[in-house]
Amino acid sequence: MSDIAEPGGAAMREPSSPPAKPLRTRILQRFPWLRGYLLMSPTIAVMLAMLIVPVVALFVRSFWTQNVFEIDTTFTLRNYAYIFELSDRITYWFGIPFPLANPVYVILLVKSIAMSLAVTVVVILLAYPMAYFMAFRVKRHKMLWLILITIPIWTSYLLRVFAWKIMLGFNGVINSGLMNLGIIDKPLEFLLYNPIAVIITLAHAWVAFAILPIYVSLEKIDRSLLEAATDLGDKPWERFWHVTLPLSAPGTIATILLVFIPTVGDYVTPALVGGSGGSMIGNSIQLLFGRQNDAPLGSAVSVVMMATITAIVCLFLWLVDYRKIRARGMN
Amino acid sequence: MSKRFDLLTIYGIVFLVFLYAPVLLLPVFSVNDATVAIFPLKGFTLKAYGQMVNNPALLAALKNSLVVAVGVSVVSTAFGLLAAMGVTRYKLPGQGPVMSVIMLPLVVPSIILAVALLVLVRQVFDIPLTLWTVAAGHILICVPFSMMVLMSRLEGFDRSLEEASADLGESGWMTFWRVTFPIAMPGIVASLLMCFTISLDEYVLAFFLSGLDQTLPIFLYGQLRFPQRLPMTLALGTTILIVSTIIVIFSEILRRRGVQSTKPTGL
Repeated sequence: MSDIAEPGGAAMREPSSPPAKPLRTRILQRFPWLRGYLLMSPTIAVMLAMLIVPVVALFVRSFWTQNVFEIDTTFTLRNYAYIFELSDRITYWFGIPFPLANPVYVILLVKSIAMSLAVTVVVILLAYPMAYFMAFRVKRHKMLWLILITIPIWTSYLLRVFAWKIMLGFNGVINSGLMNLGIIDKPLEFLLYNPIAVIITLAHAWVAFAILPIYVSLEKIDRSLLEAATDLGDKPWERFWHVTLPLSAPGTIATILLVFIPTVGDYVTPALVGGSGGSMIGNSIQLLFGRQNDAPLGSAVSVVMMATITAIVCLFLWLVDYRKIRARGMN
Repeated sequence: MSKRFDLLTIYGIVFLVFLYAPVLLLPVFSVNDATVAIFPLKGFTLKAYGQMVNNPALLAALKNSLVVAVGVSVVSTAFGLLAAMGVTRYKLPGQGPVMSVIMLPLVVPSIILAVALLVLVRQVFDIPLTLWTVAAGHILICVPFSMMVLMSRLEGFDRSLEEASADLGESGWMTFWRVTFPIAMPGIVASLLMCFTISLDEYVLAFFLSGLDQTLPIFLYGQLRFPQRLPMTLALGTTILIVSTIIVIFSEILRRRGVQSTKPTGL
């Protein structure tokens, strides 16, 4: 086989090699961007191997089933059927009917999304004024402010959740502080181990992260546009509404996504401060891969979660007409 | 000065207090002479720090974390630098989608990354879970950060310096070592420090991908279940907090210096 192939290949190469430059160099000169991809290729390869391949493996796994000790690799939709199996028995959650036989995953997903939405709203409401303050009011020591905002992003997330556990606990800082001041006689029980505690903790953990993208888009705004609006008779509030807010939309939208998507799957915060009432979909995924030892069902729940998040994000971007906003930002 | 100026400034200060107050409780209670974190404070003691440095399990976890974090920061920065160079100096067709894939780990919930890697490692390749698998997971989330830091460093980079070096007869490698590398240096150090902190603090991926060897956050999380060990846990948390704060300040100063102030630098 190789006897035949070798001479043919050599004959093909012979006439082109005398002009000094090897084929590789000529191709790279003709298409300079190939050098760019050559430089990037190790990184792209790592990302493919450690991100795309595992996600595909997870997806494939969701069509398999767990039999006590081993995994049955015949293709089946049984895991998905289990999650969405209809039933006459209706489970109510906050008055919403779920006519499902195993409603726990769907309810937890809906609950996680509702909690993440609440976190996102709180984070934007807290972060926007701060970003505005830093972009328009801080004139000196800007670097100091930026670093002060950045430190909490990089210092341990786990420790911040731990701090809130200490704050909100039955024997915690808030309760002991208030009792010490004589404002309450008994510890407030509603502080820890409920969805509100999870929302507060998550909002605090993500708010610093949210400031920077909004700040960057506010900082980019051409200040002469603001002057023009004032000259044309806009009051400060109108000016904010007509100029500043629309122009900072790209950063704000990026922030909404940066906060919403990861918090849906969070499981450390619910595990530490949520109690049984505050658990989220991430906790059940962790249980399925851990103690319950049902990786295929866990994979299916993960896939359903990612698909739902993707659908919500697409719907959101369509609703706010993201293409138009981005095009406006480019000009 | 208008009234709005005052309100916003007050808000800015209140915001900082809100951001820092909960975390500052850790150092305060870590030196409080009591086994529960409640007011009023009792007395000053460093007992908990003594317990901390005499705990063999903690020291083993610390060693594991340091080994992983150093390895992760070096490898991630190397990958980040290659990718940042590719993106900043060539007009790449299809750059948008490629960048989106590389940046994906920043957005995808870490539990998804963790279970996907777990499936690959355990069920597809059947590799035992060790610190190597933890490091692999950390590299996945550090590369995008490293790339962003280095891109902002390399974007304002004057290519004529490299061309001059080539004209003066330096080979490609020597140009890289003597021109490109020194210019990118502050970005590289910032990226190394940032990846080190991310890896040192990361819990979710480490939890799913570690075997018998714990890292520091896993050890810390395990301690949270024991109320009687609260003082030592607080001391450990405080130490981690101080170390990572120093590293972050240092890397931020390095990163923001030299980037023109007209161009706001985001993440």
